[in-house]
Amino acid sequence: MTSALGSVPAGSGTPARPGGADPRPAMRPHRKRWGRVVRWSGWLWVLPALAMYGFFVLRPLVMTVQYSLYRWNGIGAATWVGLDNYVTVFTDRDLLKIIGNAFVLIIFFSFIPVVLGLVVASLVRRITTGPGGTLVRTVLFLPQVIPLVAAGIAWSWVLSSNGLVNQALRAVGLDGITRAWLGEFSTALPSVGVIGTWIMLGLCTILLVTGMSKIDPSLYEAARMDGAGPIREFFAVTLPSLRQEIGVCLTVTIIAALASFDIVYISTSGGPGIQTTVPGLEIYRLAFSQRQVGLASALGVVLMLLVLICVLPIQRLTRGEKP
Amino acid sequence: MRELSTRFTRRRLALMVPLLAVGLTATACSAPGSEQTAPEDSGAPVSTELGTDPITLEMYAETGFPLAKALADEFTKQHPNVTFNIREDQFTVIVENAPRVLASDNAPDIIRLPTMVDLVKDGLLKNLDPYFDAHGWDKFPASQLVQLRLTDGGAERGTGSLYGMGLGYSVTGVFYNKKQAEQVGMTQPPATIAEFEDLLAKAKSADLQPIMQFNKNTAGINFPYQALQNQFGDPAPIADWIFQKPGATFDTPASLKAAQTIEKWAKAGYFPKDANAIDYTAMMGEFQKGNGLFMFNGDWESANLDKNMAGDVGFFLFPGETAEAKNVAMSAPNTFGVGARAKNADAAAFFLNWVHTNDKAREISVNVGGSHPGGPADLALPPVTEGTVLAETLKASQQLGADNGAVDFTANATGGIFAAAITPEMQKLIAGQQNPEGYVKAVQAEYEKELSR
Repeated sequence: MTSALGSVPAGSGTPARPGGADPRPAMRPHRKRWGRVVRWSGWLWVLPALAMYGFFVLRPLVMTVQYSLYRWNGIGAATWVGLDNYVTVFTDRDLLKIIGNAFVLIIFFSFIPVVLGLVVASLVRRITTGPGGTLVRTVLFLPQVIPLVAAGIAWSWVLSSNGLVNQALRAVGLDGITRAWLGEFSTALPSVGVIGTWIMLGLCTILLVTGMSKIDPSLYEAARMDGAGPIREFFAVTLPSLRQEIGVCLTVTIIAALASFDIVYISTSGGPGIQTTVPGLEIYRLAFSQRQVGLASALGVVLMLLVLICVLPIQRLTRGEKP
Repeated sequence: MRELSTRFTRRRLALMVPLLAVGLTATACSAPGSEQTAPEDSGAPVSTELGTDPITLEMYAETGFPLAKALADEFTKQHPNVTFNIREDQFTVIVENAPRVLASDNAPDIIRLPTMVDLVKDGLLKNLDPYFDAHGWDKFPASQLVQLRLTDGGAERGTGSLYGMGLGYSVTGVFYNKKQAEQVGMTQPPATIAEFEDLLAKAKSADLQPIMQFNKNTAGINFPYQALQNQFGDPAPIADWIFQKPGATFDTPASLKAAQTIEKWAKAGYFPKDANAIDYTAMMGEFQKGNGLFMFNGDWESANLDKNMAGDVGFFLFPGETAEAKNVAMSAPNTFGVGARAKNADAAAFFLNWVHTNDKAREISVNVGGSHPGGPADLALPPVTEGTVLAETLKASQQLGADNGAVDFTANATGGIFAAAITPEMQKLIAGQQNPEGYVKAVQAEYEKELSR
């Protein structure tokens, strides 16, 4: 929006035409008006998008906030309950556990992929050119291309009691630790997390590899001349240079963790018990199967605030100028 | 200066426009749903004639169950002026969509209704009493339609006006693998729960999977649970609870004993050890592969099992504590209702009547749906091939009718009880994360929470 406006020429500062009387006084009112028209025409261009944004994003947002103040089954008359739904969100033990589950997933969706991504990116950085590089990038990025639903289904086969993971464990004599990974209370949430790690790792790696390719080689040269080894090089040059990319990775993956739905819905449906239920799934259940639209809306608003609370500091910390 | 003011204006604008939009939308909307009012039944006379004008009946049915489509095709064959426009969705999707679909301007004429209380409360379903009189449905056994009756405003089920009809009347029980039954020395269906448990133990020691049951996204172990619950006491309190009679409770000795038995079976390894990760489709697949001596399920799978395991499957109603105990089983109509805003209510009711009374339709109900077709008691049952599971389930449903032992599914008690309490708590119970007392209390607590809304 602002960039579109920024490209509009300002009304002043045009160089005077050479020769003759200064034309500016005569031209000025016209230019001013013209400039204003151009400025407003910018809004005209964004108006369709703005209207769509207002109708499909802002309007539902406002309605969600409004609904969250009512007790409503979605069809009949609604009863005003003020902040009661929010009180429920912050006091109901199950709902608190569900919000907690989302934070556990941040470890798997966000921190592990970023750390692993840094390791993998450092390793593959040197082979990013040539056919080998293309292959590596394709393989790494593949999970991003596959629909999450398909990934969820495939992983639930892999992790089932007769799935690939257990077959592999049996093959090496580890029968004792085979289990229904997605069906047991102790392993369900980490297993869902592993699916998330698999999906997010590719995205993080590709972003970080791209970031690394933009680092000035002379920095490495300088570091090496100062006697830095590969590890020192990584912490002194690579990591600080990747601040913005890491910021993007963390932002995208934390949002994915907190707002996760598809993977959980397909692989475990939130079970066993509510071991893997996440806010996204609970909002859907509350609204559509339990018909508590008000409570679902309140949880939705809380989720939005949680996302902002987690993501805004990261944006702040990583936005600064590159050193 | 101008530069500054320009920027200021821009920024102000950039802020103002969305804020304006937000403000406008906020002020434009009043309390949600308040303008919705329950449509009054006009009391206009209803017609039992189909006429000859072309009619398109809008039907909303469950996917994966070909019965509705088969009946619709046959109806069009007999009455060419009526065609069907069938929309299909998964069961859970229908549960979630039904209120909004029925409240829309394109409300379906005939709709599959898993739970109807909320829909009646919101005035979304047509009261079928006028059709009951006009079509003479009083000739049907009263017990057949009792689950479809609701008092005014939907306060209580089991009495009051009729709001639905069944496309077949299902019965649940136990399917068993005949070859494995032979292996454990089962020559005839167990006559008591003790005998049944004895067979479970034998299957376990023969290294067979005693019970193949799903428990992933919806609690399949609620089938054996309610089978036990129905037998451990008078089933009337369970029916009262399902029908939301005032004061009814789930917290009964029978419910507790059933939970204790399920816990015992789970600990003994009678259920698959990964039951919480097995969904319905996977259960059917495993049972048909021969993995499982018993499977608690309903007659809607009869035709399917006759096709895929021809001659290898049997069926019996779950026994009682003594051999003399009367037959009780979860049994419910495959419920269909007429939308309050339906455009062709008369034709929809005509179709529902035809399903129960037309010879060809009854045959389809049995052979495609696998269930008892219902209808007037004096109409003969369509013939089925002896030795099939279908013949056995049909016989079971007659036994059940004779004992008046049909009990609705506890999962149908309220709109949210299955997803919010029964499923997660049952998953905890069999994994040892919940004890039997806790299970019974948790289900009752959720029930009270839902009724108080």
